[in-house]
Amino acid sequence: MAAPYDLNDDSVVVIIGSGAGGGTLGNELAQKGIDTVILEAGARHEADEFINDEWASFSQLAWLDKRTTSGSWRVATDFSGLPAWIVKAVGGSTTHWAGASLRFQEHEWRAKTHYGDVEGASLLDWPITAEDMAPYYAKAEDKMGVTRTNGIPGLPGNNNFKVMEAGAKKLGYKRVHTGNMAINSQDRDGRTHCQQSGFCFQGCKFSAKWSTLYTEIPKGEETGKLEVRANAHVLQIQHGDDGKVTGVLYADADGNQHVQKARVVAVAGNSIESPRLLLNSASSMFPDGLANSSGQVGKNYMRHMTASVYASFDKPVNFYRGTTMAGIIQDESIHDPSRGFVGGYEMETLALGVPFMAAFLNPGGWGREFAAAMDTYDHMAGMWIVGEDMPQESNAITLSEEKDQYGLPAPNVHFDDHPNDIAMRNHAWKQGMAVYDAVGATQTYPTPPYPSTHNLGTNRMSADAKDGVVNKWGQSHDIANLFVSDGSQFTTGAAENPTLTIVSLAIRQADYIAEQMGQKAI
Amino acid sequence: MMMTNDKAGGVNRRDFLAASGKTAIGAAMVVGSGTLLLPSQGWGMELKAIKPETMATMIQMARDIYPHDRVADKFYAKAMRAHDDAAADDESKAAFFEDGIAGLDAKAGDGGYLGLGWEADRVAILRDIEDSEFFQAMRGSLVVGLYNQKAIWPLFGYEGASAEKGGYIDRGFDDIEWV
Repeated sequence: MAAPYDLNDDSVVVIIGSGAGGGTLGNELAQKGIDTVILEAGARHEADEFINDEWASFSQLAWLDKRTTSGSWRVATDFSGLPAWIVKAVGGSTTHWAGASLRFQEHEWRAKTHYGDVEGASLLDWPITAEDMAPYYAKAEDKMGVTRTNGIPGLPGNNNFKVMEAGAKKLGYKRVHTGNMAINSQDRDGRTHCQQSGFCFQGCKFSAKWSTLYTEIPKGEETGKLEVRANAHVLQIQHGDDGKVTGVLYADADGNQHVQKARVVAVAGNSIESPRLLLNSASSMFPDGLANSSGQVGKNYMRHMTASVYASFDKPVNFYRGTTMAGIIQDESIHDPSRGFVGGYEMETLALGVPFMAAFLNPGGWGREFAAAMDTYDHMAGMWIVGEDMPQESNAITLSEEKDQYGLPAPNVHFDDHPNDIAMRNHAWKQGMAVYDAVGATQTYPTPPYPSTHNLGTNRMSADAKDGVVNKWGQSHDIANLFVSDGSQFTTGAAENPTLTIVSLAIRQADYIAEQMGQKAI
Repeated sequence: MMMTNDKAGGVNRRDFLAASGKTAIGAAMVVGSGTLLLPSQGWGMELKAIKPETMATMIQMARDIYPHDRVADKFYAKAMRAHDDAAADDESKAAFFEDGIAGLDAKAGDGGYLGLGWEADRVAILRDIEDSEFFQAMRGSLVVGLYNQKAIWPLFGYEGASAEKGGYIDRGFDDIEWV
């Protein structure tokens, strides 16, 4: 039923990437009767092919193409070739994500206004408001089946949540619950409810967690208006003499190159590949890359202020059982500069299996102290901390001297923490450790950031074309038929996990693209 | 005669093995030119490129990097085997490990690295070289090669794959009683 479109069909919308942004946009356009082709660099692995084994799953799903790193962030030392833990497969990182689905808070849409001038930060207000987004958030929550919305009950708390909840309450935290999760707490939308398998990050074998792989994409394909072409790795976006984009050059599974013509191109390859593709598409007309008259493509890379806290107890927890991230403390997500930083952070339950705990508990750590911590594995509880980081122009995706498997410049990911990020992380570590100390932790471990899962901001949305890459619809300021549809649009990062906002923006963008196509404006 | 399992290279065992025409190194024992046995565990490995004596020291070094007293030597040995496979394909890799271990032995003095009876004395040497390419190659491979062995997961209380058992919805995802 999936419509196979001809390479020379220049009436189609081509979407690059099939994750939260691309997969959602593809289905939304198809539902409106618009002919759409999604080109996905990775393979199609259906849910029953997912693997309950951390390293084996990582090999199956992770984006492992050449990348380089620079800057003072510890990831550049500990994981120099792996700046981000994101996915190359149909469904993109919605196969891997944890499911946490939180709306941005009102003040976070206007970070510049609320936070003021923060030295070294390239803050801007979003060109859209909480009010603009409210109806699209509502549609996204319904589409994704987010718990504690639309009358959907919360997930049951697992062992890891119960430890965190008890500690949080002893500290006096009030906003503590099992989260707003795009994971079915009851059967819904043809998918079963969470079986508490504990392998959310490895792709949900039960399809209980929302992923475009088994929701948006098959729904779009059923309309006959969406083709998802897997193993189609886009190398370049092409344009005509009028400066409008005309199609994309991609390599198939065998490395053979093809050009798919297009009426509209939407880039949704996540915040490292999307700007890299625009930069690698430089031409004589656009020598600095496509959509880059502002010079902002690749700049303002954000990855959230992240950290983790693990704790050991004298009694067992078995924290690896159950929904990985169904647990949250929200009291610190407010903007309260008296804490010594602007913006806020969320504390969310997190567990890793033994293989990944060894890799991530204290990267580079060894010796009896490290081994002793690992020996308490089944007596551990854990949380992830995710907060708003400051956009900085110098944090950027640029083209590396090194080349990928197609001979194209690989992306380099440069990142330095802003002093605000450091102050927030130190506060969050202290509070996280206090949560566990309150229920008798025998050891606590302030764990540094992992390779980035939330990659944001590198094609940012701005009211003024000189400040960013895309307008409030995700349409590039420079080229009317070129859109950005992923988290690289984010003007600022907010404290919340980004997927719900990416999906909401994609639904909103689909309305706009359909309207503009109807008016023959694009 | 009673076999003791003295990780640091016990005199009794060494004497016994010398009398029987074999060489013991640590808990391991060299048989012929390319075989390393861990007699106490009924396990051995055929080596293709790295000398058995070198491999025995690598196994001890691996344990000193991630010392889990309930994890048997054979699991460290399995993690180190990948280096022998790589060395078989690339002579420079064999030299890399031989040289690295020779460097450790030189720092340890007359009895070599395995002659140091206390973990703390061996670890002091490792701390000196922890930024070296050799140490990082050992540690980096071990963090996956050791902890990704399913056979040791039960020692940590980790149950591994759960989907085929229906997840934990009926198997204790919320069975904590002490909070």
